[in-house]
Amino acid sequence: MTPTRIRTIVLRALLLTVLALAATFALDPFRNYQLAVVAATFCATAGLTLLVGLTGQLSVGHAVLMAAGGYGYALASAPAADAGLGGPARFALGMLGALVLSGAVGGLLGLAGARLRGPYLAGLTLALVIALPALATQVPGLGKDQGLSVPFEGVPAPLAGLMVVEQWHAWIAVLVAAVVVTPLVVLRSGRPGLRMRAVHGDEVAARLAGVSPARVKVGAFLVSSVAAGLGGAVLAVVTQNVGPGRYSLAFSLLLLVAVVVGGLGSIGGAAAGAALVVLLPWLVDTAVSGLPADVAQRLSGNLAVAVFGALLVAVTLAWPGGLAAATAGPRGRLARRLTRGPAPALPPPSDTRPDPQPITER
Amino acid sequence: MDRLVLLVSTGVARGLVVALFALSLVIIWRAARIVNFAQAAMAVVAVYVAFAVQQATGSYVLALLAALVTGALLGVAVERGLMRHVAGRTPLPGMIVAIGLVMVLQSTLGILVGPQHRPMTPVLSQSPLYVGTVPVLSRYDLFVLVVALVVVVGLGLLFNRTTLGLQLRASAVAPEVSRLLGVRVPRMVTVGWMLSCAVAALAVLLLVPTELGLNAHSGDVLFVHAFTVAVLGGLDSPAGALVGGLVVGVLVSLVTGYASAGLAPLAVLALLTVVLLVRPGGIFATREARTA
Repeated sequence: MTPTRIRTIVLRALLLTVLALAATFALDPFRNYQLAVVAATFCATAGLTLLVGLTGQLSVGHAVLMAAGGYGYALASAPAADAGLGGPARFALGMLGALVLSGAVGGLLGLAGARLRGPYLAGLTLALVIALPALATQVPGLGKDQGLSVPFEGVPAPLAGLMVVEQWHAWIAVLVAAVVVTPLVVLRSGRPGLRMRAVHGDEVAARLAGVSPARVKVGAFLVSSVAAGLGGAVLAVVTQNVGPGRYSLAFSLLLLVAVVVGGLGSIGGAAAGAALVVLLPWLVDTAVSGLPADVAQRLSGNLAVAVFGALLVAVTLAWPGGLAAATAGPRGRLARRLTRGPAPALPPPSDTRPDPQPITER
Repeated sequence: MDRLVLLVSTGVARGLVVALFALSLVIIWRAARIVNFAQAAMAVVAVYVAFAVQQATGSYVLALLAALVTGALLGVAVERGLMRHVAGRTPLPGMIVAIGLVMVLQSTLGILVGPQHRPMTPVLSQSPLYVGTVPVLSRYDLFVLVVALVVVVGLGLLFNRTTLGLQLRASAVAPEVSRLLGVRVPRMVTVGWMLSCAVAALAVLLLVPTELGLNAHSGDVLFVHAFTVAVLGGLDSPAGALVGGLVVGVLVSLVTGYASAGLAPLAVLALLTVVLLVRPGGIFATREARTA
């Protein structure tokens, strides 16, 4: 990876960040709140897309890692607030807490995950998500079902005339997302990304080439957990609360939907997916609110989930590249279809032939 | 001491249900190398059908049959309609499709029947029987125990003593060779799904009367427990599923009885973590492939 490419990535990230910050001025407070939630979710989906897309480790427990980040933030910033600390110092301390706690949980999971193959890791993370409400209730100091409250981050004095608090929170979320995602992009397009793909492709071949699969897998899990944790911390700041209710299995699955629909391994896809999973449920709720109360209540949570489930199945079966492949410039299928008519029939990819039998030990 | 006997015996009855469900996961894994994350949601759909049949006819036997048949049909539909079309050499796409299916099934059920729990009255009384002065199983637990044992033994006989069982095992272990020898491998995979989903539906049907009631999410915890069991035993081993089911059932029952119900998921998580860290492939598993 040359310094020029890193510079290009950082410049592009700077440009996008400035654009997003400028856009907040055009949005009303509720839209700014939604933007903040999308940015926080984007942190988690960017990490998850790296993990699932590049190393092939399926985690259905990233909601727990976001929760770990939120709790880390709350546990670190509350004493700081009691000590009279405020502003950037308290925020930094909270983020450090989020980093440490989500890193610790993610590191442990990663250590287990490095030794496990596909279904076993997914099952372990599933058990963790299901156990989260019990964890929050049983472990003292996590505030039981209500969760912990998080100190309020007001608009700092120099900007007070310019913006309301929702816009300030959107700024915080966008800036944190920029700081979290840019290193992920650098990792992905550099040597670490190559190693991850090698391990996913063939572990034995990767080992022969001098790459340690265990180290790569643990590293990928750790990075992805910390990204999710920082996203969770931002979400805690924006909602001023962290509790087990928000981080249910359904939310965890939504994160997975976001990365699959966006295109596994694609950071831009992760951003689109994050926007989709935050905005679509809200759109559905708005759309059904005109119906009778009984019907609306049944449809409100469920309809969006049904759509997401169908999307997950349809994208995996028919369109494995997700949104990213559809819009990837002139090489994209959709773009090609639009500019040059139907795509020429390709020979079936070699992936579809039946598996060679693994060598079993008797 | 009385309490211990009661807890262990209910744990065994519950554990056999978990073992039954775990066995259904093992059957699919052996037939198609897929962990079917949608197993619980599919089974709950089948149990809703059974519930409707019981309401309409008042017969528990018909409801039981309806659950088995719907489960089997769902298995065929999912295998033929979805899983067969999943390409790729890694298990990842299959798992993702199954997760998508869970979301579709659960939310559709939520829309159709609403969020409330429907109480399902068991056919037999739930008050414990006494051996001397010691309370042990209830009549319903005893019924569950017998049904579960019959199914486990029946599956064992089917797999080990019949031609169909031999073909099923052969196409799971060596599909290419089996095909050369005249086994219809795709059909065997479908049969595996049918068997597995019918067994899963039976497990959920047996479980529901002992829980809060029937709901779209009734099977979730059972799935997590069964997955833990399947991992304990290794996804390849039916015997492991049986032993693991008993271990998890008794563990949950003891923790719930002596500590609190809130600690039970944590105990299961701890057990799963320890086993995965010590023996990543499960306790009874043969190694799937050489890694170096």
